[in-house]
Amino acid sequence: MRRNLFNGWLNSILTLVSLALIILMLRPLVSWVFTGAEWAVIPANWNLLMRGSYPAEEVWRLWLSLYLLAAVAGLAWAAWGKSINATMIVTFAVPLILMLLPWLSMTARVNLAIMFAVAVVTFVLTRYIPLKPRIRIAVIALIVYFPLIILIIRGFDFSVQMPLVPSSLWGGLLLSLLLSVVGIVFSFPLGVLLALGRQSKLPAIKMLSVIYIEFIRGVPLISLLFMGQVMLQLFLPVGTPPIDRVLRAMVAIVLFSAAYSAENVRAGLQSIPKGQYEAAHALGLSNFQSMTRIILPQAITAVIPVLVGQFIGLFKDTSLVALVGLLDLLGIARSILGNPNWLGTQKEVYVVVALIYWVFSYAMSHASRQVEAATSVGEH
Amino acid sequence: MQNTAQATNERPPFWRDERILAIISQVIVVAIVVGALFYFYNNMVNALKEQMGVAIDFGFLKQTAGFDIGESLIEYSRSETYARAFMVGLLNTLQVAFLGIIFTTILGIIIGVMRLSTNWLVSRIALVYIELFRNIPLLVLLIFWAQAVFFKLPRVKEAVILFNPYFPIFLSNRGIAAPWGIPSETWATFLLFLVGGLILAIIVAVLLVRHGRKTGRMPFVSLWFVVTWLAVAVFGWFFLSMTNQQPLTMTKPALEGLNTKGGRIFSQQFMALLSGLVLYTAAFVAEVVRAGIQSVGKGQKEAATALGLSGFQTLRLIVFPQALRVIIPPLTSQYLNLTKNSSLAIAIGYPDLFAVAGNTILNQTGRAIEVFTLVMGVYLAFSLLTSLLMNIYNRRIQLVER
Repeated sequence: MRRNLFNGWLNSILTLVSLALIILMLRPLVSWVFTGAEWAVIPANWNLLMRGSYPAEEVWRLWLSLYLLAAVAGLAWAAWGKSINATMIVTFAVPLILMLLPWLSMTARVNLAIMFAVAVVTFVLTRYIPLKPRIRIAVIALIVYFPLIILIIRGFDFSVQMPLVPSSLWGGLLLSLLLSVVGIVFSFPLGVLLALGRQSKLPAIKMLSVIYIEFIRGVPLISLLFMGQVMLQLFLPVGTPPIDRVLRAMVAIVLFSAAYSAENVRAGLQSIPKGQYEAAHALGLSNFQSMTRIILPQAITAVIPVLVGQFIGLFKDTSLVALVGLLDLLGIARSILGNPNWLGTQKEVYVVVALIYWVFSYAMSHASRQVEAATSVGEH
Repeated sequence: MQNTAQATNERPPFWRDERILAIISQVIVVAIVVGALFYFYNNMVNALKEQMGVAIDFGFLKQTAGFDIGESLIEYSRSETYARAFMVGLLNTLQVAFLGIIFTTILGIIIGVMRLSTNWLVSRIALVYIELFRNIPLLVLLIFWAQAVFFKLPRVKEAVILFNPYFPIFLSNRGIAAPWGIPSETWATFLLFLVGGLILAIIVAVLLVRHGRKTGRMPFVSLWFVVTWLAVAVFGWFFLSMTNQQPLTMTKPALEGLNTKGGRIFSQQFMALLSGLVLYTAAFVAEVVRAGIQSVGKGQKEAATALGLSGFQTLRLIVFPQALRVIIPPLTSQYLNLTKNSSLAIAIGYPDLFAVAGNTILNQTGRAIEVFTLVMGVYLAFSLLTSLLMNIYNRRIQLVER
């Protein structure tokens, strides 16, 4: 290391300057973290940060969704994991690491342990199923999972076991994750359609797609969110009951993200050599068949890293709903700071919120880099 | 024989004829879309008519605004029209975007180059910076930066003073006060010197490029360009200072009562927004720059060394032009992101276009359609203009491939 850091007068100066910079910035930070900060605000409001005002009696449904997530993770690793590597161990160990948080209740710790057990058991059991049905099961699980948990979390009007929990009570990290998931699930197909429309030879469809994509990409998301809150109600006939505010935000997010997905998929479509289209037609496949079986799978696989990057951006962008009054993770943080008990704890609360976002985003981008390396979609 | 002649002349029945199907499907799709839009529009017009009398009316722009705006580049008071308030917001946004783009480019290039450094510590610092700012939402960063840092600055009496006494910068909760120059009567003449210097530098650059092409040894044109311009500017400054007056006199901020006097005060909101945006976007620009420089194959650098080019010449003549081709498109999209993200000023109280028009004007007049049309129209115009310029640039430098 000495050779690298001090192998010339320029490098030596750089190293010393960098060290000085690091020490200068870390000293006040470390002293604040360990002595000056009022960390009590976090454990006191942990439930709010995690799930907003979701009723305490129904929290078991949230844990159920997390068990299902653990099961899906186990299935996914069993289906596509090539070998037991470090990333997999870390993923499974996450519930165990979270158990170390000092302020969690005993039930929370027990639930986390169950999550870990479910993931491991699913993984081990699924390994006994031969490969092809295993992959099929994993794909079905992934497709079914998101609509299923939205139903579980929302509940039903008529049910006694799972009564309706209106979306006005969803908040905190729960709401942020739900907004992102709904955004991704609905914007991706719409984006594919738009990309295909943009590639179309029919001028009317191409023009409509282009107008939509360029319009949405040219305006900030916050303006779409405001527009959604103010104008979506006006689009429906006079007298319709007010639409759920979370639904308005979801519509804005889906419409916004679809345009960006469309551009990414279009880049993928353009990378497919013409020979593929020609070969498909030579084989007698119709336009629809050649698209769905030949072109789209290749196009989408080629742009997976970019798409994942965009989805990470979507997760971070859901924080903007705090500015239209929804109580997502950031919104709840601001309302916590409005509480006179916790006056002056801005730094602590915002640092923790930023940390939570950071952990999720970094984990997703790290996973994407792993997938990219595994499928060798990188450069030559 | 007759069969084939018949086969080529005959057309399939119209419900299988591709051309007719294409036309019919387009007509149907357009009809559906236009129909849906018309339906929504109609509902909206009816609802607005009930609420406010008239559906779409831009006349509100001539009404008196009646609200103050925290800071503005042009004269504004609450008795001005909404149209003027709109202009104030627009100029504020342009100001933040312009300065933001300049500083982001500088910081992004620095960090991108740091990331590629062979010094392990330097490249690690750049890595930490990039990974930190790319993975947190901009809104969280801005609100933290504004509320937890800038708004917590001490009162003016206990202001933090940097670089005393030659270039004092006061950091307080009234804003950042920095020394500023006040134009004197020779300022106009100095501007003439600057313009003249620019023209001279351009002439010099063109002559140098011609000379380089003729002899095959290209001199460092950009350096000579900058040196010429700088020389004329410095000469003009000293000339005017000796014979007449300094074109700019510097005023330094100094504590006076409860305020600072002199210098120029930048509001906390402006500084928080600008620095937050720059720190965030620079991380992305750094990645773009790094990808661009790394995209130039190793073979290029090796060939340049084999040809006897020095390290710096390699960078200037071989690496930089090729890297630029890869850097410019994502770089312009980051500039666009910065401009669009400046709309988050609403979260920290800076009166940019969106905060003034989308929030205040909308709340006061309730004219949703008109206000949103104007606001989104501005952002859209900026976006489309930049895309257009970028497409022109791309077409010119594109590698002609199959």
